[in-house]
Amino acid sequence: MANPLQLRAEVLANRSEGAYHRLVLRAPGVPERVRPGHFATLAVGGESSALLLRRAFSIHRADPVEGTVELVLAAHGAGTRELVASPVGAELDLIAPLGTPFPLPDGPVSALLVGDGYGSAPLFALGAELLRRGGQVGFILGAATADRLYGVDQARALTPDVLVLTEDGSLGLTGRVTDPLAQAVEAIDATVVHAGGPMPTLAGVSAIAAELGIRVHTSVEAEMACGVGICMSCVLPVVGEDGRSRFVRSCTDGPVFDGARVRWADLGTVPADLEGAAAMGVHG
Amino acid sequence: MSGDARMVGDAPVIAAEDVDLSAPLGPLTLPNPLSTASGCAGYGRELARFVPLDQLGTVTTKTIMPYPRSGEAAPRMAETPSGMLNAIGLQGSGIEAFVRQELPWLAERGARVLVSIAGERLEEFTETAERLNGQPGVVGIEVNISGPNVADRGLVFACNPATSYDVVRAVRAVADPQLPVYAKLTPDVTSITEIAAACVHAGADGLSMINTALGLAIDLDTLRPALAAGAGGLSGPALRPIAVRCVYQVHAAMLAGRIPQVPILGMGGIRNGRDALEFTLAGAAGVAVGTALFQDPAAPLRILAELRELLAARGLAKYTDAVGLAHRADSQRTS
Repeated sequence: MANPLQLRAEVLANRSEGAYHRLVLRAPGVPERVRPGHFATLAVGGESSALLLRRAFSIHRADPVEGTVELVLAAHGAGTRELVASPVGAELDLIAPLGTPFPLPDGPVSALLVGDGYGSAPLFALGAELLRRGGQVGFILGAATADRLYGVDQARALTPDVLVLTEDGSLGLTGRVTDPLAQAVEAIDATVVHAGGPMPTLAGVSAIAAELGIRVHTSVEAEMACGVGICMSCVLPVVGEDGRSRFVRSCTDGPVFDGARVRWADLGTVPADLEGAAAMGVHG
Repeated sequence: MSGDARMVGDAPVIAAEDVDLSAPLGPLTLPNPLSTASGCAGYGRELARFVPLDQLGTVTTKTIMPYPRSGEAAPRMAETPSGMLNAIGLQGSGIEAFVRQELPWLAERGARVLVSIAGERLEEFTETAERLNGQPGVVGIEVNISGPNVADRGLVFACNPATSYDVVRAVRAVADPQLPVYAKLTPDVTSITEIAAACVHAGADGLSMINTALGLAIDLDTLRPALAAGAGGLSGPALRPIAVRCVYQVHAAMLAGRIPQVPILGMGGIRNGRDALEFTLAGAAGVAVGTALFQDPAAPLRILAELRELLAARGLAKYTDAVGLAHRADSQRTS
């Protein structure tokens, strides 16, 4: 578990980027604690808001010199619409960093970073860190439409190995991020894949990585009520070190999981061999 | 807070720091009346990053059963206006894992632990309760006879006075006499005073009021119930007037002599000092914070500070002086 801070973070910038918004927040003490893959939560409205639950966002960048963290928001519903409308100078209740970050190698590796939509947000800081360690990175970035791609320029600033796809063909190749995955792994001789995006994408990426016999680390987008590990609403069925499957929390055990351990096909169910399934009347 | 400061009659002004917040829990006097509500603080480990657990009156654990339980499939949660629905399904590793791994950690941090227990059969309640005897840090047992996340709502013990009586009596019989036994009641009943009376007559040392109310939300994209389990428990401020009504009714029945007087731990949508005071005036001798922890894990200490100021502004030198004050003028009308 991360060692988070809770503070009133001032909005220093709020920029529209395609279909998304990038919030730059002044958060003294937080950036030093952030590792790529950590996430943050923001409370919506004030103490009397009718929207009780915090919203969780992966941390896009953290700058210890400036004392800032940057989050990428998509206005999905009433809560995120309210956050996206935050003016410069507003103060937001921030808790960060939270969760378990991407594991980092001790030495240089060749890694493929796969982002679907704004699920790519944490991958650029990760890419920079992998390069700093002497490694090599390639990106596959995809989305349904061109305006829903995130960070293409940032990826290109890190490496020439950037593949862009949209499902409607409005930018780059036509298709999904999983389509060129095997080929891209081979092209850069990647030994590990890091991915962020919706669950079906991560399931697909994990399946291909398994076929190729390489490691895959996935940052899941699970709905959370608390984000700090006390509500138990954001669970996934995951195979543990001991071979037993359990429901584990995306917020504290994740959001980054070894993609080979997540039982993607069983999301939304209680598998019969899950620890404690029998008590729910589920039998194998 | 200045707009909230109203004097009661000619009551003297008291400095907030002079207000005595101590509150009773069975044979113990707690330093303050604030607890966490079961299911909203896990087993304390994660919350401890935001609140020193020894500064809370008690930490009420997530409900513990005798054996591991996976809980419900996801999605387990849906936000609703001023509230949320949950169907977690009492996920947990069981009493042995709790006693071995969680309780010593809590005790080391000086937490006073109110352990919430449940079972599907009476023996499962007593098995779990017995295992807590002599364990460090445990200051009481909350018997969750009202968990809504069970397959058949008809099986909820707290919907029936006779089954409520049986469970509480059985737990009281096996639990360490030094450990107060609180019964956790559901608002989803015709007469909560009838259930409360059954629990107190069975030997409950206190009542925890209330559990979530059963609700349901439908996802307009999937055209299906939003929770995998279908229905779930409604919590948060949307529930508060129902909870305050329940506490008021039961406290009134105690004042009228229809139920022996025992402390009530009030909960349901408390997110600031005003809410905590409202429950107290209705008759709660302690208050628990639940869903507000999800919005602000540091809420308990803020709520305590606000409560202290509100008591001082009303000339109330002791928290216990405020318990049930709303009944002074009329203890019959809504009972």
